[in-house]
Amino acid sequence: MNELMLLSIEKSVAGRGSNVIPAPETAAYALPDAFRRKDAPVLPQLAETDVDRHYTALAQRTYGVNCGFYPLGSCTMKYNPAVNEAAAKLPGFTGAHPLAPAHAVQGCHAVMDELAAALCEIAGMDAFTLQPAAGAQGEFFGMLCVKKYHEARGESHRVKMLVPDSAHGTNPASAAIAGFTVVSVPSRADGLVDTQALQALLDDTVAGMMMTNPNTLGLFEKDILAISRMVHKAGGLMYYDGANLNAILGQARPGDMGFDVTHFNLHKTFSTPHGGGGPGSGPVGVKQSLVPYLPTVASLGQPEGLQLKAFSGNFAVLVRALAYLKTLGKESLGDVAAHAVLNANYLMKRLTDAGFTPAIAAPCMHEFVLTLASLKESHGVSALDVAKTLIDYGIHPPTMYFPLIVHEALMFEPTETETRETLDHVADVMIRVLAQAKQNPDAMHTAPHHAVIGRPDDVKAARTPVLHW
Amino acid sequence: MSHYHPHTQADTSAMLTALGLDDTDALFADIPQSVLRKAPLSLPDGLGQMETLAAMEALADQNIRYRLTLRGAGCYDHFIPPLVSQLAGKEEFVTAYTPYQAEISQGILQAIFEYQSLICALTGMDASNAGMYDGASAAAEAAVMCRERNRTVTLVSECAHPDTLAVMRTYAYGTGHEVRVVPANDGHADLAALQTMLTGDVASLYIQQPNFFGILEDVPALFAAAKANGVKCILGANPMTLALMPSGADVGADIVCGDVQPFGIPMAYGGPSAGYLAATAAMLRKLPGRIAGQTTDAQGRRAFVLTLQAREQHIRREKATSNICTNQAHCALTAAAYLTYLGARGLQAVAERCLAHAHAFAQMLCQIDGVTMRHQGEFFHEFVTDLPVAPHRVQAALEAEGILSGLPLAGGMLWCVTEKASLAQLQRAAALVKEACAQ
Repeated sequence: MNELMLLSIEKSVAGRGSNVIPAPETAAYALPDAFRRKDAPVLPQLAETDVDRHYTALAQRTYGVNCGFYPLGSCTMKYNPAVNEAAAKLPGFTGAHPLAPAHAVQGCHAVMDELAAALCEIAGMDAFTLQPAAGAQGEFFGMLCVKKYHEARGESHRVKMLVPDSAHGTNPASAAIAGFTVVSVPSRADGLVDTQALQALLDDTVAGMMMTNPNTLGLFEKDILAISRMVHKAGGLMYYDGANLNAILGQARPGDMGFDVTHFNLHKTFSTPHGGGGPGSGPVGVKQSLVPYLPTVASLGQPEGLQLKAFSGNFAVLVRALAYLKTLGKESLGDVAAHAVLNANYLMKRLTDAGFTPAIAAPCMHEFVLTLASLKESHGVSALDVAKTLIDYGIHPPTMYFPLIVHEALMFEPTETETRETLDHVADVMIRVLAQAKQNPDAMHTAPHHAVIGRPDDVKAARTPVLHW
Repeated sequence: MSHYHPHTQADTSAMLTALGLDDTDALFADIPQSVLRKAPLSLPDGLGQMETLAAMEALADQNIRYRLTLRGAGCYDHFIPPLVSQLAGKEEFVTAYTPYQAEISQGILQAIFEYQSLICALTGMDASNAGMYDGASAAAEAAVMCRERNRTVTLVSECAHPDTLAVMRTYAYGTGHEVRVVPANDGHADLAALQTMLTGDVASLYIQQPNFFGILEDVPALFAAAKANGVKCILGANPMTLALMPSGADVGADIVCGDVQPFGIPMAYGGPSAGYLAATAAMLRKLPGRIAGQTTDAQGRRAFVLTLQAREQHIRREKATSNICTNQAHCALTAAAYLTYLGARGLQAVAERCLAHAHAFAQMLCQIDGVTMRHQGEFFHEFVTDLPVAPHRVQAALEAEGILSGLPLAGGMLWCVTEKASLAQLQRAAALVKEACAQ
């Protein structure tokens, strides 16, 4: 047993614990037996010191943006400003009840109104709902808006949602659970949507098209205006997946490219922390024709309208995003994209010069994809081996094996908040890793060697699931 | 004006030179000229961080800060132990991404594994996922788990939270499935009505416990009726009540779901929190979302990973039954830290105090002329009273002394008492209600 990694329950000693809550000031209420469980739930019993140390140890075995370079492509792991955290922790916000009378939560309304207005301006959209809890929920909501729109026009036969083959997995999944039939649109050799193939797919059953721009290869879809025109002409709507918005923030707007509906990820572009897998926030912006389908803010239950979660959204995340926008203002907002794209191109150039192969040999936007297919063939070293070796150098690996259309893919997104020195260091490490791959590839198959564990047995985890103590 | 991109002018120039570019505009050469913005967006000027915080404080100050909250209805004002906030606030937990890279994410993975274990302990279920957006969307996804080829309809009690019902309807609208509402009878799900609705096309029954009106439902009877007709049973439980009350397994649930907000997560105007979703072993492979599992590394050491990913959207794409990616990990971790710190004894102490003080307050209110309990039945820490005056007058009277009243309903009020309310505060609140009712 790895002594370091004992579970809280394994540290539990009967009788330990803290008295946090005083006893009732009245007699205990005698709940009838039918409503009493027979045995108390088995939870850990730990001294306060040990709870503190347990979670401290867990934090120490977790790699955050505060620990080092985190170039997880498509995830925009930028620095999470401390001032935003301070704003989110203001008692006036944390103590606000979601069903308090409107006059008591004017501050919350103001935060949401201000943020929605700013997002409209950034997106080139007419209205935003801040309710979706995450990007994927935003996609789902956007798809439902598209469905409502066609239904209202008596065009329920529009069941086809076009999704490029380079898209994130959430896109087809979101379209499918909204009831659409997903049709994949192929990419050309240059990594962009094949407009001829698209034209062939357009007919009166098309409900719309979902696009990420720049796409998951980090390339701007240059034909976007033509694509929008084609889809609109066929009677479809254009959906903008805001996963890669950081590349164009303040420089170009989805609404100006012909998109009718979009979601943004506040936890990517707007610097709110990822929390180890949430909470995020995925506001959805729409053009005028879709405004009627947005949820009403702060009403209890919407019997007719669409509603994605209880109450108004991940409010504390919205506070952070607004604090970020207030700090940056209009001057710095466009610089975010400029520096994100500069950093990505600089790192790609250094890696290309060092002998790595980009999936597409063209300037990138905020991220780029390397293909290690030739290294795999020549020396047997895979994208996985390189990623795991980076861990031993104290660097979080880039996104691996995505997009699916690139073999042995490693996708780097440095973000704008990294210094030139960090990028140079990462490039230097990658050069050493490449040399190692050619000289001593075997050691890389078992990397990392200096992490708290080696590579875990994923097959065993799935075949004989152990999901709780 | 402040910002977070660190380059000096010299850095930018040197990097542009390395790329053979004249200026940063050249980085956007692929964007059509007609789309590329020539002027900044119409947004306010940037602020220094000091000014940003002051501006945010000014916004927060526009909210009323109550000394006592007697309103719940799905969002609860429980005491948050400082240790829980401190531990959850550790920057590694806050800033990490989803733990795809297990070797440098063992801490967050173990935290999720422990969260799943704690949820299983409370619910009596065999498996929990790593978290959902919230309780309402967890209920909607639970309904998805239960659908079969010929059984697709979801029955939801009218006594469920209105938001939960609306969210379940929204998800069902997406896939073109039907939600039918089981009517209420005196604030309870109507068993007799349910029995007529258990037709061959029904996949699942969702019962909220305690229900929206605070009433404790006879869940075993409702679920027994459903099961006798081949219908799967979903229990939507306020997890705080599970400290004292029968687990999902005890009452025959196939799935238990709800919201972990009561476990150390601030109200924050309703979000973020996390939904929990746990099920019997038979339904394990239908659970959506992230799941952490225990395995070993090559040296046989304990290791944690995200597992059973073949269910998920990034593998199955359009064939996935859910598109969820996030697991609200930070909220799940906060809930786990809360439960780990309090332990069963501490959690029961919270629940017992809620229970005792809520009943004491109900008694105080019912001594007021014209104030009566609206429904017959046991309750936990929420209940509805009828009022002899318009509810907004009671709300105003309490607000004048910094108390957020119960939630106004037609002709009455849905009250909630947590462990935070002292007896003296409740007595004062009752006195204020009495004055308002006498006017």
